Amino acid sequence: MNWTPAEPIVSIREVFKSFGQLVVLKGISIDVKMGEVICIIGPSGSGKSTMLRCINGLISIDRGSILVEGQEVHDPALDKLALRKKVGMVFQQYNLFPHRTALQNVMMAPIHVLGQPKAEVEARARGLMKKVRLEGKENAYPGELSGGQQQRVAIARSLAMNPQVMLFDEVTGALDPETVKEVLVTIKELAEEGMTCILVTHEMGFAREIADHIYFTDRGVIVEHGPPVTFFANPRDPRTREFLGQIL
Amino acid sequence: MATVDRASEGRGGFAVMLPFRLAPRESSVWRFADWISLRAAVVLVAGLWLGLAVDAFAASAAAQPSILSLMVKWSPVLFGGFLFNLLISFLSMAIGTAAGIILGLFQVSLRIPLRRSAWVVTQFFRNAPWLVLLFYCILLIPFELSIFGRTVPFPDWIKAVFGLSLPVMAYVSEFVRGAVQSIPSGQWEAAESLAFSRRKTMTMIILPQCVKRVLPPWMNLYAILTMATPLVSIVGVQEVMTLTRAALGAENRVDLLIPIYIYVLSWFFIYCYPISRYTVRLERHFTVIG
Repeated sequence: MNWTPAEPIVSIREVFKSFGQLVVLKGISIDVKMGEVICIIGPSGSGKSTMLRCINGLISIDRGSILVEGQEVHDPALDKLALRKKVGMVFQQYNLFPHRTALQNVMMAPIHVLGQPKAEVEARARGLMKKVRLEGKENAYPGELSGGQQQRVAIARSLAMNPQVMLFDEVTGALDPETVKEVLVTIKELAEEGMTCILVTHEMGFAREIADHIYFTDRGVIVEHGPPVTFFANPRDPRTREFLGQIL
Repeated sequence: MATVDRASEGRGGFAVMLPFRLAPRESSVWRFADWISLRAAVVLVAGLWLGLAVDAFAASAAAQPSILSLMVKWSPVLFGGFLFNLLISFLSMAIGTAAGIILGLFQVSLRIPLRRSAWVVTQFFRNAPWLVLLFYCILLIPFELSIFGRTVPFPDWIKAVFGLSLPVMAYVSEFVRGAVQSIPSGQWEAAESLAFSRRKTMTMIILPQCVKRVLPPWMNLYAILTMATPLVSIVGVQEVMTLTRAALGAENRVDLLIPIYIYVLSWFFIYCYPISRYTVRLERHFTVIG
């Protein structure tokens, strides 16, 4: 409970998770310090997205421990809503609420979950729309926006809750190559401002550029991790080398 | 010159690049069905008027009231009965919809016993003949009920309203369940990750998206219900069919039988056809917008 900012803000220890017969996570351990940017890479089906969903309690774990600001996520007595106020998440498929405008999407959770006054939230939401370079799109419905624009609204929507940690689940995975960049620029700015970010990504160049630490997962275990310079220059494990060889 | 050629080549060569309509506004099948039904209606109505004209001519010769004059004479009474049918349909729909939404929400509840029992109730009433449900309500509900020393009467037509609202409830319950389950799971995940409670997720995010999915089948159900209201005449409620039979009995004219039933039927048609056409339009609108 007595968490201090010097300790890791997210601490994942020996986490196991299986869906029926399929074991997805086989003893994952990751530490994330405040303000750090972590990239998790690896082939499809290696459990990257599952791990992210465990951090904000969307998926329960079978064994192990996940601490966010010193609080055990796996604890059944935990107030999940309190946890999710601290941890923001952005999805591959954006998942904007299609019946609300971009601005309303950003404003909904602070007003109806945090109970903040509408005028204050609106001012902040407009600021966030500007931050993700979507000024003038406030009243557009998600269906009227491009994939990249929708994804940036989704980022703004998450930021409106003032989270301590942001989770990005392959956020450029469903985008056209041209629009990938505008989303990555937004994330990069966020990282530069000191936001703690955990990204699952296939954008190797981007990971190399912004990550403080890179984790490579394969079949539910972390095969190798390290700072991007050494990780990309001298991958030690043959599986990492094979994967990077295919991608780069 | 070369660029012009390339442009025109591109335009002709890549059909996938051309703009196209997402969904045809009116398929040829629908146009054909419209054409046929319109012709059929015209023939029917024209035939009726022709028949009435011939009859009026014959009636003046035979010195008895013409069919047309009899129909005009009975119109106020019959139309009153028809309005009663509409009242029954409104009330049944309102009660059935309210109960059906609650039952449908129980069907997607996380509590397994609640979900199972709601499913059983829904399936039972959805697969029971409407007439049997009507008889049950007429026979099982007491004609009056004492609540806190006051006696509340239950006339037959109120019981019939309950009887008809039972299948409506079951259908609406299924609409709600289907619509809620058709919302992509990503919407739930996004709401959860924004710390929305389940109740708030349901009321603010899931259900508003269900409305447009449920509206067309719900309107369709209303049209079907309205056409089913004459069923209540079998259990003794004085609605339009009962009154029509009474009129036929009072006049004792065999040649009145067919015209007067077509006349009453046409009211139902005029009321229900626009609803079903509008439903089709709504459905098409929603498929295009997605």
